[in-house]
Amino acid sequence: MDEFISLNQGSGGRQTHELISKVFAKRFGMTMPLTDSAILEGNGGTLAFTTDSYVVDPLFFPGGNIGKLAVCGTVNDLAVSGSQPKCISASFILEEGFPLNDLITIVDSMAEEAKKAGVRIVTGDTKVVEKGKCDKLFITTSGTGILDRGKEHIGSGIHIKPGDKLIINGPLGNHAIAVLGARNDLSFTTPVTSDCASLNHLIAGILENCREIHFMRDLTRGGLAGVLNELTLMTGSGIVVDEASVPVDDPVKGVCEMLGFDPLYLANEGKVLVVTGAGTEKKVLDVMRSDPLGRNSEIIGEIVQDKRKLVVLNTSAGGKRILDMPSGVQLPRIC
Amino acid sequence: MKYIDEYRDRDLIMKLADQIKKSARGEYAFMEVCGGHTAAIHRFGIPSLLPGNIKLISGPGCPVCVTGTDFIDKAIAYSEKEEVIIATFGDLIRVPGSIASLEKKRSTGADIRIVFSSLDALEIAKLNPDRKVIFLGIGFETTAPGTAVTIKTAEQENISNFHLLSAHKIMPPAMEAIVREGVELNGFICPGHVAAVTGSSIFSFIPEKYNIGCVITGFEPTDILHSVLMLIRQVNRNAPDVEIQYKRAVTVNGNALAQSHLKEVFEPCDAHWRGFGVIPSSGLALRNGYKRFDAECAMPVTVMHYEDNIMCICGEILRGKKTPEECPLFKDVCTPENPVGACMVSNEGSCNTWYKYRII
Repeated sequence: MDEFISLNQGSGGRQTHELISKVFAKRFGMTMPLTDSAILEGNGGTLAFTTDSYVVDPLFFPGGNIGKLAVCGTVNDLAVSGSQPKCISASFILEEGFPLNDLITIVDSMAEEAKKAGVRIVTGDTKVVEKGKCDKLFITTSGTGILDRGKEHIGSGIHIKPGDKLIINGPLGNHAIAVLGARNDLSFTTPVTSDCASLNHLIAGILENCREIHFMRDLTRGGLAGVLNELTLMTGSGIVVDEASVPVDDPVKGVCEMLGFDPLYLANEGKVLVVTGAGTEKKVLDVMRSDPLGRNSEIIGEIVQDKRKLVVLNTSAGGKRILDMPSGVQLPRIC
Repeated sequence: MKYIDEYRDRDLIMKLADQIKKSARGEYAFMEVCGGHTAAIHRFGIPSLLPGNIKLISGPGCPVCVTGTDFIDKAIAYSEKEEVIIATFGDLIRVPGSIASLEKKRSTGADIRIVFSSLDALEIAKLNPDRKVIFLGIGFETTAPGTAVTIKTAEQENISNFHLLSAHKIMPPAMEAIVREGVELNGFICPGHVAAVTGSSIFSFIPEKYNIGCVITGFEPTDILHSVLMLIRQVNRNAPDVEIQYKRAVTVNGNALAQSHLKEVFEPCDAHWRGFGVIPSSGLALRNGYKRFDAECAMPVTVMHYEDNIMCICGEILRGKKTPEECPLFKDVCTPENPVGACMVSNEGSCNTWYKYRII
């Protein structure tokens, strides 16, 4: 049977990596693993450059909409590479018949979020396709940020070593569950709000005050489990995570219990993993907790020497198990 | 979180693990029959809390895993019909049929929709009166009453474009088949949610006839460890019995309303179980009064019968005879992304849970 693209290949897990590596990276001459932003060195300084597409369904969900998501996502991809986000482009594919008022609401929230994040939306493109040729509205945003000297390692994680501590800035899974709850064809709702937020101010605070930051990554598709497994591949080390210390809000826990999801695999849109040198974690935690978007930060684990490159979870029950790379779709079209 | 945290209390778990260690004198093999237990055992890392002389063996309680290839092939054949919408629980779409899977069919245009309950499938039928919606009914006494209610609702509301392709099964005959095959067992960790519907009494024949103890178990780590301890004590006293550990959900007589729906809509039939073949009176078919909702009666399809991959040992794993690690395909050829056997597909399948969770 001929091969066709399946939804799993967009899940951010193992199949997405395979698709990127076998189809795109190979033909574009890119080396895996790829980082969230490309680092471009020029005579006048170094730029971080990133791009992302947004196809979330539904377009509006508690805590945001596709427009806010598009700005936050690109700002965060730039910020976690250690750069200060500056300029964003925005391209829109609109389906014939899409309500103009909805478009205005979405664009207004993009403008508002860009203002909050301190970035400018400077260029863009608009296409309208016949009814049925796309699903209401898709947005692609690209962005550039200025990367200061000495921060080039943050996106690639080359400074990571055993003993480094892992910190996240708050509870996991809220975005995925908020979108799930808002989706029309599911017969339940839940009062969970998406964590969708621009993290550049929080991250700038961390980088200004803490010297031993070895890596950062936003925890989007594939969730914490996805990023940790990528990290083991990038570094050749193992990781140990303490499940009891990973914050998850009760309503998210409840939905996960009911539907069989694991919050460690769920998508977030305002969460960052910070890897910091051993002994510096308390200071980083204090700095993060002083920011409103990091108030619930927790130290959740550490990098260890392990040739098998496993992510091992010390379960809240006191046992041990693997936290594997995500595979397949937990929830479709969450970003 | 209330009703969760109490059952995941680490101190209590450590105390139970300690009592298990102290009580275990000799070798014990207990089978967890329910796929939900298999998943919970590995997700909480229970094997790492048990001493080496206690072996937990996974049984045939993952509904996706025991569903035969012919059923998937039939569902695929229906999905090829222009007028048909297939409504299914998510796990089933990735199970390999003889030639394709429902997932592959969906990526080439078949209308296959994931639902969280059979009533969602009925909604799809109401919204698409010019199409035929076939719900793939899988699961044991836990999901079958829901399907029964859906069928009754379809009848009351006169929804004629809703149909069921049933692979619903009942648990006790498969447990008996395992015992009869001579799998060395000292006790069953019995399915808590099945028993919530049926009551604990359906398992009475196991200690009475086969001298093997049964403990009906909840799905939290303290539940599972507590049940292991209860089974050890039954073995030590040589007093096999049916005990209810999962008292917050299970009674001796079960849920009378669910049982009456089940009985009204379904009747026992011989059913094919992956790994076992046909087990008499182990399946659920629609009764005569509801046959018009039976997809196979309303629009019969015929599919070729293919033999399963001979290298795949899903059958032996489901019968508790082998572990995933003993399969030559495990991890190298058979992975969650490219599953050869059904046990690698479902979140409740032994191979899938071993692959995802178990530190070997």
